[in-house]
Amino acid sequence: MTGRLAAVAALTTFLLGITVATFADVRIFLPSLLQGAAVTVQVATLSFALMLAAALIAGTAKTSPFAAVRWVAIGYIEIFRGTSLLVQLFWFYFVMPEFGITLSAMVAGVLGIGLNFGAYGAEIVRGAIKSVPRGQLEAAAALNMTPLHRLTRIVMPQAMVIMVPPMGNLTIEMVKATSVISAVTLVDITYASVQQNQIHYRTIEIFMVTLALYYCFSQLIRFSLNLLEERATRHLSAGH
Amino acid sequence: MDWDWQFTFDVVLPQMLAVAPVTIQATVLSFLLALVLGLVLMLLRTARWRIVSIPAGELIEFIRGTPLLVQLFFLFFLLPQVGIVLPPLTTGILGLGIYNSALCAEVYRAGVLGVPVGQWEAAKALNLSPWRTWRDIIIPQSLPPIVPALGNYLIGIFKETPLLSFLAVAELMHAAKLIGSEYYRFTEAVTLAGIFFLVMSLAAAALVRLAEGYITNRILH
Repeated sequence: MTGRLAAVAALTTFLLGITVATFADVRIFLPSLLQGAAVTVQVATLSFALMLAAALIAGTAKTSPFAAVRWVAIGYIEIFRGTSLLVQLFWFYFVMPEFGITLSAMVAGVLGIGLNFGAYGAEIVRGAIKSVPRGQLEAAAALNMTPLHRLTRIVMPQAMVIMVPPMGNLTIEMVKATSVISAVTLVDITYASVQQNQIHYRTIEIFMVTLALYYCFSQLIRFSLNLLEERATRHLSAGH
Repeated sequence: MDWDWQFTFDVVLPQMLAVAPVTIQATVLSFLLALVLGLVLMLLRTARWRIVSIPAGELIEFIRGTPLLVQLFFLFFLLPQVGIVLPPLTTGILGLGIYNSALCAEVYRAGVLGVPVGQWEAAKALNLSPWRTWRDIIIPQSLPPIVPALGNYLIGIFKETPLLSFLAVAELMHAAKLIGSEYYRFTEAVTLAGIFFLVMSLAAAALVRLAEGYITNRILH
């Protein structure tokens, strides 16, 4: 139900945005905005993959029985959550070359966003792992499963279900955060709209279209999130 | 790689310390604005008339669903065109405040909705006035979930202030960018900015935990 609402809201906003843009001589600025949108989608997709990987690794590491592993995970999480995303992007793009590592703008941007949101995601993963009942672990140990098997066969499948909703919200936050990517010289939809605004001086139309596009992105993620949630929890209600 | 300590202490640190108050000021003022505006939005959102509550809900959803940076640019370019000329810092505080007020509104709403219905009914049965119901029954019980969430938003706003550097507000990140482009050395300035944010947000997180403990111990018991 909420999923359908989200989809309808996304579609309506998109159509409204296009209508506004059409009246405002859409041809002069829409192509640049859409080119920017392609960059945004690309950065968001790659960062999402990195975010998931970093979150799963760091979140699992934080529940590790080895103190050294836990401390590495805690260090990563606290540093990346405590400093601002923009600072991290600058660090990857402008400071890393001083250490002899030169990254392209795209790589630096994806690294910055992926690792920053991975640190937030790690806390979600840790919380989900912790919420799996202890008895499950004890039963697995009683069945003589190896620690790896316990994690992949017993803990993770149950933790995944709990992770889905907060991870979805984090993904929406991440897509919105890609708007700062112009700090490392990429021309995404936000920067494209600033440029177009400087050329054509059509502030309301340009920014309404940009805002509408971002709103569509977040509503589409919410919609797919609801589908995923239904799928992930379907087996829980099968018996009823 | 070389870290220049003399450059750090002679150039970077004084310039960064000079603008640190701007970052703090922007954080505190936007947080206060968000608290007040959030209350207004929450009242509109929970209004009895659907003609008010539905648009308010959509507005909150829209503010939350779009990036803060785009909203900042929008305000920054739009306000002068409609005849409102503000300094960039004020525009930035306004943008940060509006964005976070939508988040605060949801926090307030969740807090108030979390109070069991029986409490409202009991207050009514005891013939308490609406003022006393809110002051003595509802607000004290809704505070424990609200305070830590608001504290996290305060830390969030603090970490969002570097976005103001896009509007050329002279805050920490802007100072770091300026030093970087003037001397072509980013290492010291950007690293110091990072350390500043790390220390401040860890300290703020500790403060929020203290406040949380205070609220649960003093107000509820």
